[in-house]
Parts: sequence; structure tokens; C-alpha cells
Amino acid sequence: MTLVTGIGGVILAALVLYALTAGADFGGGVWDLLARGPRARQQTQAIEDAIAPIWEANHVWLILAIVLVFSAFPPAFAVMMTALHIPLTIVLIGIVLRAAAFVFRKYDERRDEVHRRWSLVFGVASLLTPFFLGISLGALGSGDIRAVDGHVVSGFVAGWTRPFAIACGLFAQGLFAFLAATYLTVDTRDRPALQEDFRVRALASGLSLAPAAILVFLLACDGAPLIHAGLTRWWAPLLLGATSACALAALFALWTRRFRLARGAAAGQVSLILLGWGLAQYPYLVVPDVTLESAATERATLRLIAIALGVGAVFLLPSFVYLYRVFKPPRRDAEHG
Amino acid sequence: VTDLFFARSLMAMSLGFHIVFAVVGMGLPVLMAVAEWRWLKSRDPVYLDLAKRWARGTAILFAVGAASGTVLSFELGLLWPNFMEWAGGIIGMPFSLEGFAFFTEAIFLGIYLYGWDRVAPRVHWAAGVIVALSGLFSGIFVVTANAWMNAPAGFDLVDGRPVNIDPIAAMLNPASGQQVLHMVLAAYVAIGFGVASVHAFFLLRNRASMFHRRALAIALGLAVVCTPLQILSGDALARLTARIQPAKFAAMEAHYHTRAEAPIVIGGIPDDDAMETRFGVEIPYGLSWLARRDASAVVTGLDAFPRDEWPNVRIVHWAFDLMLACGFTLLAIAAWSAVLWWRNGRSLPDRPALLRALVVAGPLGFIAIEAGWVVTEVGRQPWIIHGILRTADAVTPVPGLVVPFVTFTVLYIILAVLVIALMKRQFLETAPPAGRTMPAPAGASELFASSASEPLASGANVSPTSEDATSRESPDDAGGSRTLDG
Repeated sequence: MTLVTGIGGVILAALVLYALTAGADFGGGVWDLLARGPRARQQTQAIEDAIAPIWEANHVWLILAIVLVFSAFPPAFAVMMTALHIPLTIVLIGIVLRAAAFVFRKYDERRDEVHRRWSLVFGVASLLTPFFLGISLGALGSGDIRAVDGHVVSGFVAGWTRPFAIACGLFAQGLFAFLAATYLTVDTRDRPALQEDFRVRALASGLSLAPAAILVFLLACDGAPLIHAGLTRWWAPLLLGATSACALAALFALWTRRFRLARGAAAGQVSLILLGWGLAQYPYLVVPDVTLESAATERATLRLIAIALGVGAVFLLPSFVYLYRVFKPPRRDAEHG
Repeated sequence: VTDLFFARSLMAMSLGFHIVFAVVGMGLPVLMAVAEWRWLKSRDPVYLDLAKRWARGTAILFAVGAASGTVLSFELGLLWPNFMEWAGGIIGMPFSLEGFAFFTEAIFLGIYLYGWDRVAPRVHWAAGVIVALSGLFSGIFVVTANAWMNAPAGFDLVDGRPVNIDPIAAMLNPASGQQVLHMVLAAYVAIGFGVASVHAFFLLRNRASMFHRRALAIALGLAVVCTPLQILSGDALARLTARIQPAKFAAMEAHYHTRAEAPIVIGGIPDDDAMETRFGVEIPYGLSWLARRDASAVVTGLDAFPRDEWPNVRIVHWAFDLMLACGFTLLAIAAWSAVLWWRNGRSLPDRPALLRALVVAGPLGFIAIEAGWVVTEVGRQPWIIHGILRTADAVTPVPGLVVPFVTFTVLYIILAVLVIALMKRQFLETAPPAGRTMPAPAGASELFASSASEPLASGANVSPTSEDATSRESPDDAGGSRTLDG
């Protein structure tokens, strides 16, 4: 594995971790928006308690991915930020509104209408942000974004306005909602009624993922031919099989109330989907004009980035794991919630 | 009005907004960690309460700062793709390191804010120290990248492209050391005086409140130590700027004509066409001495540069003078505080005149930071990378940038208003415990300690459930208004 591919792999890994952690926080916002029934307020509270200590840290995986793209692959960053200026600007507005609404709700007046107002902003921002992130990722693989000598020549609406990209956006929303509901079944293990609410939501969103995935795959045939071709390479059936197995395991575990297993399987499913996307897109950063190699900066910089990543990981990963061990203890008897 | 104008305005507005929160993210955790350290040492619950109150402020401001910082990291590419394409490989290193520092800060802030009952006290305190340190390193790394734009280094220019990139040399560019020092001290001065202002306000109403006395002691202590250092650092940075960015330096000082025995011009109205500054106050020989430590030295004026390489002289000069005015006002207040502290038998100076000055001076550190960033950014124009890449050549081809500019401006104005209202609520709602006690001699700490522990029982929980908070609301509000009336 070359240095360039390695750093590309780290970026993909950061995106996977972003989806697994921050993605679930977005999904939590969606369920906050959709909180219904006699326990609506408890649902909201459970979501808030689950994400409050960790969402800031989760969010940084995206920053890490972005910073790595512009440090290691500056021309690719320039192309992405130009061609996807509009959806990414909307993502930023969503990120700002979501963060602000979340803390404002927590520290503002404890009146119902104030709470509802912030919940609405929080929920809508949580719904729209992953949609436009998904659209942007989908557009990278569409082949519609063209660059000559590092300059975008395909305008500012190419790729991301096509059905394939929009399907990717919807799929991302569904995936994050499923992930969040599945995680929340574990977080609410001491409150069976609430747990049941989230179990139903996880099953519903998990089942709806199957047709959404098929839609993305079919639209890719026309909307992202290179991705589609990638998904028919030799490793594709293996990956597809593993992903489907995870999806079925998650649904089965939810059905039979094995919530920890469901959480693991759902996380595996999301990871494999992103891994499949990464492999199908390899070696392109922006199909078809920007590859990892063509966009890579000088070796000296790449080597230093690799060293920084190694040293950083030694401090960062244990810290991140520690954060989760403090707030998501592995055993139910380990301290109160 | 061009798209370049809106791109610059959007970037300036985003930076100007974010810097306030970035500074809080650097400074407030220091105060928080000091307060908790005093709690661990003294077991005086006032300090624990203080650490928790400051942590609430940190939670709100850090969340907004993390989001507005994300906006900036994207905007580098959304607005200046050609700059990032050119420079990403050179200054990506400090941004990557900043990413790690920011990550560390977010992780341990989560543990700090929500882990009071979940980790051992020493571990909790250590988490606070790590937050303060990683905030410091975030600032250091980001300013390093900005310093490179002022003093590009670590590459060879061949056919207008950078080759032989050395990211370490780029980080250690000539401007890094001075600029980093100036920004770090600025953050501590601003947060020290900013926080001191709030507690001075409450002390004016009840000078016996141990809560506010201790808060003021910690915040003012930081400010008094850092302010004189900041003035020295500013002098060193000015001399460096005179050497490596003479056009920026000339604009800062509204110095049009290259000459020996140059005077300093304070204020006035710079006139580019007449090449003179009217109505300014002149200090003879001042500029030569400031720039070279030699009253007869020659100081390069704007006339040494083609007109299209001048920054906007009025903006840069006025912003520079505004920064100095704030800085020297704070220096005077710091000196006054130190004298009173000495005369007061080395205990907290609480003379009402000083407290009133502190209340008024609260925003000055932040104003100085905003003005200072205007000096460094507008003063670098027309370059985005000094002497190498023009800002106009770095801007995105995307049209209609007025739309994101207006959108983010409206968004940030609303957020600013809400954050101010929310911070005010935090101070009023969480009525300082000692505010309710009778006026008493400052030494009666036991009395205050016992009264302080009462709200700790009900209000110390950093993440109260909504039910708790609702039931708690009315007595707290009553306490808040009483503090204000009293």
C-alpha cells in the first residue's frame, strides 16, 4: 500500500467513524423531530442525554477528514469546494444551526414553547445536514463534475442535482436514523417502554433501507457508471453479502430484542456500505478527472502527515475510547445512567 | 460591488465572529481549571461552584465556536479554492495538528462537562487541564498557518508554483513565534478582563460575596499578569512587521514618505492622494525609535510601493490605533489593580472605582483582538500570501456570493444576540449563592461556605433533567432578581 492510498484510507476511515458517531447524532435529531406518542418528551430527553457528552467530539471526525483532504490532496479540495459550493454551504448552515439549537435548548428558559422552538431547529438541521452531505458524496462519484488543469469546468450544479445524488442524500438520512434508533435501544435499556419506542423506530427505518439501497444501486447504473462498474468487481459480491448479512442480523437482533448485538450489526452495516463506496470510487477522489495520485501533494508533506497521523492516533484513539467508556459503559451494572 | 468583495466580507465576518469564541475556548478553561484546583486544595465549595458556573459558559460558547470553526475550515476552500490548491500542501500540516488539538479539546470537554460524577476528582481536574492545553495548542497551530501567509517560507518558487515543500520550515516561518505569542496573550488578557468585568459588576452590588471575590481574584490575576507581557509582545511584533512587511507597517502608522527621524502619527485622517495624514497627533522620532530602536533610523513609507500594493490605509491605521488604545487602557487598569492589591496587604482590590472601571473595560480585550485581526488581515492586502499570491487571484469562480454573505451575516447576528441573552441568563438564573447572604466582613468564609453548599445540593448538577430544572426555576429566578436589586 502506497503512502497516497494509505492517507486516502485514513480519510475513508475518518468518514466511517463520522458516520458511526456523528451520523447517529444527526439521526437522533431526526427522531427528536419525529418524537410522538405518550412518551414524546421522554424520547427527546433520552436522545439529549445520549448525545450531549459526545456529540462535539464526534463532529471532529468530519473536520479531520476535510483537513486531510486539503493537506494531502489540495487540488481535489479546490475542485470539490468549487463544484459543490452550494450543497456544502447548506451543510455548514445546518451544522451551525444544529449546534446552536442543541446548546440553546439545554441552557435556555425551561418553558415548553422555547423548548419546542429549539427542538424544531435542531430537528430540521439534523434532517437536512446529512441529506446534503449525502448528496455531495454522491456527486463526487457521478462523473458529472469535470475539471481541466485543476479548474472546474462543469459549473456549480453538476452532479449534485441528479437523481443519483439525491438518492444518496435520502439513503444517508435513512441510514443515520436507523443507526440512531438502534443505538438508543441500548441507551434506554433501563426504561423498557422507551426502549420499545426506539425498537419500533429502528425496525421501521431499517426495513425502509432495503428499497432505498436498491434505488441507489439502480440509479448508479446511469447516474454514476464508474461506481456501478466498481460494484460489479470481484470483491463486490463478498462485500454485498457481508453488508446484507449485517443488515439482516441487525433486524433479527432488534426483532428478538438483542439490542447490543443489533447495535454492533448496524454499525457493521454502515461501515461496510461506506467501505463499498470507497472501494468502488477508488482510485478517484472526484470521478473522472481527479485521482488520489493526480491530486497528491509532495511526498515530504505526505510523509509528515502520515507521521502526524500516527503520533496523533496514539493520543487520540485512547482518549476517544475513554470518552465512550465513561459515558457508554460496556456493562449495564457499571454505574448509573 | 464584486464577488471578491463579498468573499472577503464573508471571510472577515466569519473570522470576526469565530475569534471571540475561539478566545473563550482558549481562556475560560484556564480559569475553570484554576478554580477546580483551588477546590481540590481547599475543599472550599465556592471554588467548586465557580468551576461549574464557568463550565456552563464554556459549554455554550464552545459549541458555537466549534460550529463557526467548522464553517471556517470549509470556507477556506469554498471561498479561496486557488489559495488552498496552492498552499494546502504547505500549511496543511498546522491545520492537521490543529485538528488533533481540537479533537482532544472536544473529547475532554465532554468528560469535563458531563463527567463530574463519573470520573475521580483528580481525573476530572486533569480533563480540564487537557481542555485548556489543547485549546492553547489549537490557537498556536492556527496562528502559525496565518503567520505563514504573512511570511511565506518552506518552499521554492519555480514558475510560480511551490516546489521542494518543507512543511516544518513553513510552520517555523519568521512571523510564527511573535504572532503566536501575541495571540495567546491576547486571548488570556481578553478572557481575564472579560470575566473580571462580570464579577466586578456583581461585586459592586455586594462586595462581600465570596463567590464573586474569588472569581474576580482568578480572572483579574490572569489579566494583570498577561497585560504587560502583551504590550511587550506587541512591540516586538511591530518591529518584526516593520522588517518583513514594510507596506503593512507603513499603513499601520499611516506613514507615507520614506524618511529618517520619522514621527509616530496617532489618529488623524490618512489621505492617500495627498499622501499625508491630517489632524493626527505626532510624536517626533517615535516611529524610527519604535521600528529600529534608533531615533534617526530611516523608516520605509508607502511611497516605496506601487499604489496597487497598498492596503487600505485608513482601515489599517485606525484599527491599529484602536487596538493600541484598548491595550494601553487595559495596561493602566492592570497597573492600578496591582498597586491597589499591593497596598491592600496583597488581597483582592475591591475599591468601587476600580470595580466600575473593570465593568466598563470588559469588552476592550475583545475589541482589541478584532481590531488586531483587521490590522493583520487588511494590512496584508492585496496579497493573500504576502508577495506571492493576490487575493483577487485566489477567489472562487462561483458567482452570487452575496447570497451566502447575507445568509451567514443574518445567521451570525441572530446567534450573537441569542448567545448574549443566554449568557446573561446563566449569570442571573444561577444567582450567585453568596449574593443572598448578608453583607459581612470578607473573612467570614465559613458563613459563605455553608450558604454556598445549599444551591450545590439542588443546582450543582450540570445536566439537570427538565423536571428538576422546572421545579428549581422559580426560587432561582427570585434569587437572581434579588441579587440585582440588592
